[in-house]
Amino acid sequence: MIKIKNLHASIEGNEILKGINLEVKPGEVHAIMGPNGSGKSTLASVLAGREEYEVTKGSIEFLGEDLLEMEPEDRARAGMFLAFQYPVEIPGVSNINFLRTAINEMREKKGMEPMSGKDFLKEVKEKSKLVELDGKLNNRSVNEGFSGGEKKRNEIFQMAMLEPKLAVLDETDSGLDIDALRVVSDGVNKLKTKDNATIVITHYQRLLDHIVPDFVHVLYNGKIVKTGDKSLALKLEEKGYDWLKDEAAVTA
Amino acid sequence: MMNETVAIQTKEDFLSHFKDLDFSFDADFSKEKRDQAKEALKKLSFPTSKTEYWKYTRVNKIIKGNYQATFPEGELELDLSVPTKNCLVLINGYVSKELSWFENTKGVHFSSLSEAKEKSEAMPKKFATLSKDEEEIFSSINTAYHQDGAFLHVEKGVQTEEPFYVIHIVDSEGAVANPRNLFIMEEGSAAKVVMKTLSTEKGTSFTNMVTEAFVDRQANLSIDKVQEEGSQDYQISCEQVEQKADSVFKINTFTLGGSMVRNNLNIDLLGQHTETWLNGLYLLQNKQHVDNHTHVFHREPNCESHELYKGIMNDKSTGVFNGKVFVHREAQKTNAYQSNANMVLTDDASINSKPELEIYADDVQCSHGSTTGQLDEEALFYLRSRGMSEKSARAVLLNAFAEDVLNHISVDAVREEVEAFIDQHYQGVK
Repeated sequence: MIKIKNLHASIEGNEILKGINLEVKPGEVHAIMGPNGSGKSTLASVLAGREEYEVTKGSIEFLGEDLLEMEPEDRARAGMFLAFQYPVEIPGVSNINFLRTAINEMREKKGMEPMSGKDFLKEVKEKSKLVELDGKLNNRSVNEGFSGGEKKRNEIFQMAMLEPKLAVLDETDSGLDIDALRVVSDGVNKLKTKDNATIVITHYQRLLDHIVPDFVHVLYNGKIVKTGDKSLALKLEEKGYDWLKDEAAVTA
Repeated sequence: MMNETVAIQTKEDFLSHFKDLDFSFDADFSKEKRDQAKEALKKLSFPTSKTEYWKYTRVNKIIKGNYQATFPEGELELDLSVPTKNCLVLINGYVSKELSWFENTKGVHFSSLSEAKEKSEAMPKKFATLSKDEEEIFSSINTAYHQDGAFLHVEKGVQTEEPFYVIHIVDSEGAVANPRNLFIMEEGSAAKVVMKTLSTEKGTSFTNMVTEAFVDRQANLSIDKVQEEGSQDYQISCEQVEQKADSVFKINTFTLGGSMVRNNLNIDLLGQHTETWLNGLYLLQNKQHVDNHTHVFHREPNCESHELYKGIMNDKSTGVFNGKVFVHREAQKTNAYQSNANMVLTDDASINSKPELEIYADDVQCSHGSTTGQLDEEALFYLRSRGMSEKSARAVLLNAFAEDVLNHISVDAVREEVEAFIDQHYQGVK
């Protein structure tokens, strides 16, 4: 699905990613963990196409195409989805209408008929139930006045509507209480199929109790310094990141 | 001394554009007003950079143009289909009977100003009593040399539904027009007016419009003003409004086109418990310059005024907002709110915003504020990351910014037009 090779990226001249290698196949869930400042969110931003980040070296192949050459909207249309760590409030823009515009623009690009109002609303009703936002979305502006938990659930709702091939969840668990965490991860799990894949970026192990990863990667100082299965996450929870930092220092 | 001579010469050159106009047929009361205005003109001069009221708007370009006050020949190349039963069309200041259509129902008098001068009994007492012909040179020019305009008189207790459209078009190279409108709303009456200014863009033009509106007790008048002239058209437009007790007046000014546009809005509140709404939206491109000056005079207690102006400035455009609320010593329990928000899309565009409150009463609620910002890049990225093209994401965000002004529009067709303008003009704007 996605092949990241020797990815280097910087912002305002500071190199943050220093050679990331990662391959994700359909049906897989990958967790990326790491201490603050290790480059986790930078990786998410580069994948989604944020312009502030400059890719200085390396390549990303997404479903056979050069991802780095694509505009953010084209990445979304190709099947990439980023659940934002800090979902943006957009006053005056309807949460539902903007999605309909986005979905119909995608369909138009693919030569499909626009979705009828009726079908769209049916879909909204069904998908909002998934994250227990049923009825709360109507007539509201994008994320405006949403609680932290509602914002994160709204991200997963949008993911459900857009049906991406690869979802990148950037610290989706941050700031969630245990109930919201359960709702969000149940939503993600229900959307999982053998054809799509998920990259879960998180600081803590607790999300991975709910969204069980096939692989756990540890990002430190702009590089993946260790890869393992879900037990690696438990080890990190128990021992912290310091032992890895030492190990990384030795290998460097 | 030298400057003064030059100024007098400039004024005379400008006024000479009107010397061949024939007003001999005009009604006596109107001729009298013309003469008074001409007398006032002798003492008035065009504003300069030292004139505070005109500080950010240079009128030199406007007044030094070479104009001809004529009614153009030939067919009009403009689509004027507007959804109403009442439409009065003016070309270069003159009424076009062929292009206008309206039927008057009981208690409603909608016609050209010239026809009303002959027929209306209400008019002589009102005409040119609000316009500041002794102080404002452009007002006196209009009173002295106005060609024609729209007249609306709604009798006591008559509430109309269908909007009254007044469309002014400049349609020749060097067109200069002084359209003059008069709206009289009697006690308890209601009406909606749409005023549009258009251009066939054949060259430089100047429209100097004056509108007087009398809103009597418990009457309700709302005006949607849509300015959509071309890149060589100048416009100075002035609304003088008088409100009596318990009346409601609303005006929404949309500036979508024009090279240089100046709007003077003066509202006089003469009775208690009045409600006044002044809203504006200016969407500027290229080197457009728009200047909105509003004055609201609270003279009586218990009145409220709300003012909301928003602007989107692109390219090298410049905007001015100057809103003044004056609260007289007698005007206790006044509620006056003023807000001006601007989105500046380029480094070369700019806005001068000056909301002002002058309060002499001690028991009032007044507020004013002004903000200037850019398009929210984070919101733009968010929408794009959901698959929306950059073009439509920009248009969606700009529509959202304008929305609270658009919500005030009372005629649906006007709202659709302004929204379509935003969609067309801001897709792909950098």
